[in-house]
Amino acid sequence: MEWETVIGLEVHVQLATKTKIFSGAATQFGAEPNTQACAIDLAMPGTLPVANEEAFRYAVMFGLAIDAEIGKESVFERKNYFYPDLPKGYQTTQLDQPIVGPGKVDITLDDGRTKTVRIHHAHLEEDAGKSLHEDFHGMSGIDLNRAGTPLIEIVSEPDMSNAEEAVAYAKKLHSIVTSLGICDGEMSQGSMRFDVNISIRPKGEEKLGTRTETKNLNSFRFMEEAIALEVERQIEVLESGGSITQETRLYDGDTGKARAMRSKEEANDYRYFPCPDLLPVVLDEDYINAVREHLPEMPEARKARFASDYSLNDYDAGILSSDRATADYFEQTAKLSGDAKLAANWVMGEVSAKLNASETTITHSVVNAEQLAGVILRIKDGTISSKTAKTVFEALWNQEGDSADAVIEAKGLKQVSDTGALEAMADEVIANSPKQVDNYKNAAEDKRPRMLGYFVGQIMKASKGQANPQAINEILLKKLNELL
Amino acid sequence: MERSDILKLAELARIEITDATVDEVAARLTDVLALVDQLQAADTDSIRPMAHPLDAVQTLRADTITESNQREAFQEIAPATENGLYLVPKVIE
Amino acid sequence: MHTKTIAELAAGLRAKEYTSVELTQHFLNRIKNLDSQYNSFVSITEEIALAQAKEADERLAKGDANPLCGIPIAHKDIFCTNGVRTACGSKMLDNFIPPYDATVVENLRAAGAVMLGKVNMDEFAMGSSNETSFYGPVKNPWDTDCVPGGSSGGSAAAVAGLLAPGATATDTGGSIRQPASHCGLTGIKPTYGRVSRWGMIAFASSLDQAGVLTRSAEDAAIMLSAMASYDDKDSTCINQPTEDYTATLGNSLDGLRIGVPKEYFGEGLRPEIAEHVRTALKWYEGQGATLVDIELPHTHLSVPAYYVIAPAECSANLSRFDGVRYGHRCDDPKDLNDLYKRTRAEGFGDEVKRRILVGTYALSAGYYDAYYRKAMKVRRLIKQDFDQAFEKVDVIMGPTTTAPAFKFGAKGNDPVAMYLEDIYTIATNLAGLPGLSIPCGLVDEKPVGLQVIGKAFDEGKLLNVAHQYQLATDFHQLTAPGIK
Repeated sequence: MEWETVIGLEVHVQLATKTKIFSGAATQFGAEPNTQACAIDLAMPGTLPVANEEAFRYAVMFGLAIDAEIGKESVFERKNYFYPDLPKGYQTTQLDQPIVGPGKVDITLDDGRTKTVRIHHAHLEEDAGKSLHEDFHGMSGIDLNRAGTPLIEIVSEPDMSNAEEAVAYAKKLHSIVTSLGICDGEMSQGSMRFDVNISIRPKGEEKLGTRTETKNLNSFRFMEEAIALEVERQIEVLESGGSITQETRLYDGDTGKARAMRSKEEANDYRYFPCPDLLPVVLDEDYINAVREHLPEMPEARKARFASDYSLNDYDAGILSSDRATADYFEQTAKLSGDAKLAANWVMGEVSAKLNASETTITHSVVNAEQLAGVILRIKDGTISSKTAKTVFEALWNQEGDSADAVIEAKGLKQVSDTGALEAMADEVIANSPKQVDNYKNAAEDKRPRMLGYFVGQIMKASKGQANPQAINEILLKKLNELL
Repeated sequence: MERSDILKLAELARIEITDATVDEVAARLTDVLALVDQLQAADTDSIRPMAHPLDAVQTLRADTITESNQREAFQEIAPATENGLYLVPKVIE
Repeated sequence: MHTKTIAELAAGLRAKEYTSVELTQHFLNRIKNLDSQYNSFVSITEEIALAQAKEADERLAKGDANPLCGIPIAHKDIFCTNGVRTACGSKMLDNFIPPYDATVVENLRAAGAVMLGKVNMDEFAMGSSNETSFYGPVKNPWDTDCVPGGSSGGSAAAVAGLLAPGATATDTGGSIRQPASHCGLTGIKPTYGRVSRWGMIAFASSLDQAGVLTRSAEDAAIMLSAMASYDDKDSTCINQPTEDYTATLGNSLDGLRIGVPKEYFGEGLRPEIAEHVRTALKWYEGQGATLVDIELPHTHLSVPAYYVIAPAECSANLSRFDGVRYGHRCDDPKDLNDLYKRTRAEGFGDEVKRRILVGTYALSAGYYDAYYRKAMKVRRLIKQDFDQAFEKVDVIMGPTTTAPAFKFGAKGNDPVAMYLEDIYTIATNLAGLPGLSIPCGLVDEKPVGLQVIGKAFDEGKLLNVAHQYQLATDFHQLTAPGIK
């Protein structure tokens, strides 16, 4: 039988606010356990939540970016369940009146096809803490630093029909939220997490099959693998006469295996009700318009501008505008160096390679845009060759110097453009190579330029690669032609 | 209220109820539900639910850090901690 | 000294008849010698009291004008006090020492009030007789075989027993006014949102409001003026300028329109109480007030609506008591579920468990609309009753309770009979309005109260109306037999 896959995504995006959604505690990643969990985050008796203005502004920005209706009156509800990483015994979230209503996200697939994924809604909520399963004498350790970090949960319609579409959609969301600057996009730190709802049905069938939810995937690759695995599993179950159980599943990226969660899902009855400690948040048209006016440039617009302003091709413009940090980095480099083409090549080439190798993102790039622009400027003014530039970049990456100039100076990488020195070298080579000079003289005029290579190579060798090739060419041509 | 209803509620609320007391709890809850069932007689068709006594709206807080690390004070009153973490019986997902 | 009101003590301190340290020591001695009869104090904070009194004496020497400066008071054990055990009448918090103060505690301390200690209460404020406290029942100074009312029974017994000139209290469904009535005191529950709930351990967040129990309306005005404030830590606190409620105590009653709801004089009310209330109403008429017959047709639904809304909110509010971060934790939990279930079974008393279960039921799948949503709609009907009445009248008057204080165990095993104790007071909480009770006579040699209900933020008027009555009558000056 031929099967059809139906996929919907729930994406949790951590908002890049300085403080929690309901408390003034910091949200910085990587702090010592429980040092950023204040009395409110710990649900100490008598404490009360007060909502963070910035979290709302960010959520509204997202809503505007996906052409969604903004909830003029949004209401927080309590979702009740017991879990040690949930200090209040309920999660404060939104249900019937979310901040962002229906919207849409356009995705482009590898073959150039485009598709629209409908967004059901996006709501604001608080993140939970973390359970650490390392062994504390058979106990788990609870770190509540993350508890109360603002999230928007973006719920899509089941509009995707394979892993490629789901990944393209997830990447597009990543690009939108980072372009807006509302999320740092650090997947490895859990800044974006995906729950994937998957079901299959016989091709042509209207009715949806029973779905499973694979929770908490934190990379595009894991998501792709998890979808493939789950689709395969569901087909196997159905084809061997079984049926799909609605369940929550966990995918382990390290082992490449998935399993159903052991906690009792069937007992869940979340008993949502409006949180009496928080009042409805009312946003008027003026507020929404003000947010709209200050909306940063979105990826599509930036791509178009990169193509026209910097004469980049479509592909390069697309890559460089896909997330805000990369786009900002490129644009700053281009402006400071005055050479967009070289800037583009370097960002997509050396910089990208280094980031991949060190498994980090451009925000954490050792070499910043200013430093990279410094390297490009020295290529352009002939101080160094393109080849030497790579050595300079490498040195900057290894923090052997603060700027291209400092590295060039310290390592003596400046290419020799001093005409006097180059002329002396040229004279020496010509004097030591009578045979080659004769050949040159006897060659047909159109063959001569090609024969110049030998002399250039000798000079480069003598200068240990630091001679300016263009200057050598000119000097040699002049001197050899004088011999004719 | 049946015994099974009480046990289900007790599970949701994470309160252990011993076998010996289930019937007593069921009887009391039944009384209370009889009282609140008087609500059903009210005509509320065109009435909007009221979650807050005053129809006020939320004021929002500026995104400024106001809290500092007080882990020591908070964990001094905690039942079980180690290395700054709260300890609980093993969490199985 | 102990027979004097706060206003009189404030004058005495300024006349240097005694110092705050002497006054404080006097009350501490009384508590130590006499409280075994009432069981009103759960903690005596002698050291803190004397230190605060010493500080107050210094402030007084410098001419501090706040009438509360140097006045000893008691705090209901629902308000978190930094470094002082705050148990909320529960075994669950028997070991809980908060590292922070409630805003109410902070405000009163800033005014110069001296904390004598923490007073007993029904567990988590759930009760109308103070029989549900983990620390044992509080006895009514008027008759130690009788209950003082609840949940602020400790506050009421301490003030009626002349162990403190005033005490903080809270009122979710009548928990200030009903004990005021049973103990012959003046008690005011302000408008919802007038006093900050920060640091006040939540029972039902949309109903809870802090107030005071004192021996005169003037004293209540003095304390409330210091307690009330806008607090940006409580989202439900209303941003209204704070008032000096003593400034309007002397206003004339001429032209006052008093609404008399027929529903408050129906079946179940002791005729002697009705008689006392009518006598009081007649007195007001004599002062130039007009009596207006009004209807509050949904009054009979207030108890049922309350017993859905309050348990629903409490079922979530009390989920944080899970044995993980503070408070009681069962011994040797065998797994996570065992930790939760035994901790909560051991830590909570029967009434608290009952209400959590009722609330869980009212919010659970399939019952939400029939119970919770329905109750929220009825709540609006009740509010509308008051809105309509207040178009015609300035205040509403009626009895506070149906009968004087009852004997211990009288409603022991019948929660519904206990719930009906608050039949006249609960609607006020549902509507968020201010309500006050003042003594207006004796029935069976025990005091009974006149209830005055006002428009939102009309606390000043309520206190004015009560003060004028107390200038002309001496019911508020009666003390329990045997108290000297």
